Amino acid sequence: MKRLTTYIRPYKKECVIAPLLKCMEALVDLFVPLCMADLVDIGIHGNNVPYIWRIGLILFGLALLGLAFSVIAQWFAAKAATGFAAGLRRDTFHHIQTLSFSSADQIGTDTLITRLTSDINQTQTGINMGLRLLLRSPFIVFGAMIMAFRVDVPSAWIFAVTIPVLAIIVYGIMWITIPLYKKVQTQLDSVVSSTRENLTGVRVIRAFRLQEQERRSFEEKTDLLTIASEKVGRFSALTNPLTYVIINLATAYLIYQGALRVNIGSLTQGQVIALLNYMAQILVELVKLANLIVTLTKAVASAGRVEAILLTESDMKDGTEGFPEDTTVRFDHVSFTYRAASEESLTDISFCARPGETIGIIGGTGSGKTSLVNLIPRFYDATNGRITVGGKDIRSLKLSGIRSSIASVLQKALLFRGTIRDNMHFGLPCASDEEIWDALEAAQAAEFVRTKPDLLDAPVEQGGRNLSGGQRQRLTIARALVRKPKILILDDSASALDFATDAALRHAIKELPDHPTTFIVSQRVSSIMYADQILVLDRGALVGKGTHEELLRTCHIYREIYETQIRKESEGKEEAVKS
Amino acid sequence: MNKPGNEKQIMKKVLKYVHRHLPLVIISILFAAFVVALTLYLPILQGRAIDRIIGKGQVDLTGLVRILLIMGGTALVTGFLQWLQNIINNRVTFRVVKSLRDDAFRKIETLPLSYLDAHPSGDIVSRVIADADQFSDGLLMGFTQLFSGVLMILGTLVFMFSISWQVAVLVVVLTPVSLFVAKYIAEHTYQHFRKQSEIRGKQTALIDEMVGGQKVVQAYGQEVIVQARFDEINEDLQKSSLKAVFFSSLTNPVTRFVNSLVYAASGTLGAFMVLRGHISVGQLSAVLSYANQYSKPFNEISSVVTELQNAIACAGRLLELIELSSEKADPAPAKEIKDFTGKVDIDHVDFSYVPERPLIRDFNLHVHPGQKVAIVGPTGCGKTTLINLLMRFYDVRSGDIAIEDTSIYDITRNNLRRGFGMVLQDTWIKEASARENIAMGRPDATEEEIIAAAKAAHADSFIRRLPHGYDTILHDGSDLSQGQRQLLCIARVMLALPPMLILDEATSSIDTRTEMQIQQSFDALTKDRTSFVVAHRLSTIRTADVILVMRDGNIVETGTHQSLLEKGGFYANLYNSQFARS
Repeated sequence: MKRLTTYIRPYKKECVIAPLLKCMEALVDLFVPLCMADLVDIGIHGNNVPYIWRIGLILFGLALLGLAFSVIAQWFAAKAATGFAAGLRRDTFHHIQTLSFSSADQIGTDTLITRLTSDINQTQTGINMGLRLLLRSPFIVFGAMIMAFRVDVPSAWIFAVTIPVLAIIVYGIMWITIPLYKKVQTQLDSVVSSTRENLTGVRVIRAFRLQEQERRSFEEKTDLLTIASEKVGRFSALTNPLTYVIINLATAYLIYQGALRVNIGSLTQGQVIALLNYMAQILVELVKLANLIVTLTKAVASAGRVEAILLTESDMKDGTEGFPEDTTVRFDHVSFTYRAASEESLTDISFCARPGETIGIIGGTGSGKTSLVNLIPRFYDATNGRITVGGKDIRSLKLSGIRSSIASVLQKALLFRGTIRDNMHFGLPCASDEEIWDALEAAQAAEFVRTKPDLLDAPVEQGGRNLSGGQRQRLTIARALVRKPKILILDDSASALDFATDAALRHAIKELPDHPTTFIVSQRVSSIMYADQILVLDRGALVGKGTHEELLRTCHIYREIYETQIRKESEGKEEAVKS
Repeated sequence: MNKPGNEKQIMKKVLKYVHRHLPLVIISILFAAFVVALTLYLPILQGRAIDRIIGKGQVDLTGLVRILLIMGGTALVTGFLQWLQNIINNRVTFRVVKSLRDDAFRKIETLPLSYLDAHPSGDIVSRVIADADQFSDGLLMGFTQLFSGVLMILGTLVFMFSISWQVAVLVVVLTPVSLFVAKYIAEHTYQHFRKQSEIRGKQTALIDEMVGGQKVVQAYGQEVIVQARFDEINEDLQKSSLKAVFFSSLTNPVTRFVNSLVYAASGTLGAFMVLRGHISVGQLSAVLSYANQYSKPFNEISSVVTELQNAIACAGRLLELIELSSEKADPAPAKEIKDFTGKVDIDHVDFSYVPERPLIRDFNLHVHPGQKVAIVGPTGCGKTTLINLLMRFYDVRSGDIAIEDTSIYDITRNNLRRGFGMVLQDTWIKEASARENIAMGRPDATEEEIIAAAKAAHADSFIRRLPHGYDTILHDGSDLSQGQRQLLCIARVMLALPPMLILDEATSSIDTRTEMQIQQSFDALTKDRTSFVVAHRLSTIRTADVILVMRDGNIVETGTHQSLLEKGGFYANLYNSQFARS
């Protein structure tokens, strides 16, 4: 839990004041039985009417004082708890953003979301309750015991026996339930992922008529969750009844002991009442404590889950140097293996891309094209070998510099909820409308954006699902272009575009004023055949490197790809190919 | 979104869910009544015990021991009943929440796509998970404490009247103060909780989107800006949570204050009553412990009320989801198409996603069994829309689509979808083994059939290279490349062998060599099967029986490859541009 204490630190003041005031309130409560004892012994037995009035007034005053202490304490507790949660949420979210792709892949999106939301909420509740009760309840319990000893030592021994027994029960139950709560949270995770999966896969699920099956599997998961919850419930439900029984047995013994003491004249009837009151106060506090324990155990379990995220170090160390002016990209015997994978995805890749060049990358499905371009902006680090930009190892460069100089259009065209302008600002926050239109123009997206009544203010739904695949791809390309990158990576990002649009897009990129070094990953020969250099990948190995003409001569895989595509697509259209 | 009504209406609906567990609820209530009665009986026993210890030499030990033994027994029974009651309440609560979640999920399965396409999934997830959780917490507390609280108050009053009507009257007079305060606070709290819940929903939506799209965020180095957006909502949430938490926590001290007032007042009055000889000291002590117990349930009830309000606010959001209108029900009685030959007729169809912006107008198409229909056109021209209509993901605004001369609106959706196999550009992988992912369309397929389908789709070799082969658990984020995912989806269709096919850019991420290799299997598959193919690869298009050229939602040209080229129109342009030098 160490890591999490940082977030409570800014609220040191609140964390001291809240429990302190709660203890003050408790102290006030502890005086009440004494007043009642005096009321009986002095007021009633002494037939002292003014004294009774006085005690009445004192009781009233104590009530008022308790209220004041308590209200202020609640305010500070609430402030500390919500502040803690907000800080924790902020940093956890931030931390998730800094996780490398491979760490994030491993943890998984669903659990990240649960931890950011429901787990942090649980810790907030835990802290709030904890600040209010964690100190106050033991304070009352021990305070009541001390007061009891002050009233009469021999009768008060039962307090000293009862309290440890109760403590053992409360903590024992906590000890049993904490791991069980963790199981509940794990079950909840699986319910979350089931829900999300069905929202994202709704078309496929309906097309395959799997609704019934999905429903059954969801119900199985909620069943398991229910069973796990009930199991914890059985244990935590023990706390209250057990404490109740023990306290009442202790009370009975206390009365018996008190009776013996009164009989020999060492104790008065009023004092016996006071002792009983203290026992009752302990019971009330323990009931609260038991509820608190349930909340706290949940909070501790949740806190552990959040902390685990915070402790997941990004496996990527940031560099220190700025991004070089010279944008020569060089791969030097680079190999790469995904963390969970058993075999290499890239093997011994070497090539050099000079500034302003267009590099085409082609190869079969699963040949490592995406893995290769993902290494350039350091989404993943090479397992062996090194990648340099302008002669500098990219691991020595600042990540922020790398990411702002290299624009990467990922295979999955993902837009965010907002407007088209918002999405473009995602590429370059300060982009003017003019710059945005330029980028849209180059990305061949201007035309359809212009047909939208709201133009740049046209709404985009989550993931861009109100747009067609091709529109999404063009917008994600525009988003990359708007930032005027030094290096541009297009990872099969024109796959949904028709040939005409694809050609126009390549033409526009070629004409960009800043001439970025461009990497184009594609399945289509036509998309890369005019590149300055073409890399041909097969099962992770670089099997061909050169221009279109060179490769046709030297690389049989390339020739095969070319022939299967171009020949087939140009049958009856030979003249177009030759021109 | 429709509102499920105010607190009362929500409560009614929640009670309907509770109603299913009526026997348990009744048992719980009975137990609660016993527990309350026994709890209240204890102070009387205590008072009697105290009256037997008046002073030095005035202690009736034998009478005392008898009373104390009864006290111990009563406590034991009470504790046991309490435990049973807790377990029952747990059970009822968790089952109600389960039913709510299941219903919400069932609803998700039938919601119209127009709704799902337009609402952030994070918000829906937040309802099914976080709101349901908060609701269960509130309901549990409510169950355990609300009922026994009320019983406790009533019981206490009865016992108090039996001891001293004067003190009882005093307590009754002070009661409304407590109720008034509790009500006042509760009203305020509800507002704040509702707001907190709303902001939380917004935040979850953002989290869902940004954590889901984290790779893009990082690729663009936009962590700072995303963080700023998050921080803004986070601050709002902090402020609204502070209010909600503080107001709800006020209930306790304030009612405790009223409680202390009652205690002080009954103590003072009680003392005078003892002086006048109306009651004994033991009875005074009993009255005082009642005074304590009397206001304790008020505390509990008021804290329960705030919890319940939070719970109701959450239940409200959950019910909102459950009560959304599902897609139009299947016709009853429905016609049934048993054998699909692949005849599809689209007549005068109008369609638009947004009423004010018509997309498809007066669309006609007649497909004969076994024909291959290619849909081409510039990006975003409505190709996918056609698929949405064929699969009934969306319904036409006017006009009709008929399959085998039967309107698709006269048969069930499942019947319709049984006729189609679909591979979409956006691949979706279920969190399940590779085997289960392929067998999705035919769960009863044998191992050989699955492997044959995977081989036909050229997915077999990469699946075998996965850590556990066909048993590898795949999920949406797993390391499969986009192309591999498409191969997997194609394998699904190869196994299911549906009568008709819809291929929406099904091979867009697959390299041409592999595609060439799959082509044979595809040719075998599409032979004699009606198929709708959205593609930009001419190899696919050229062999089509009908090519629909779409532009801005309209069919601008129809014909075969040859006839369209000769026509020299939009299609010819599109085709010629393909090899244009960049």
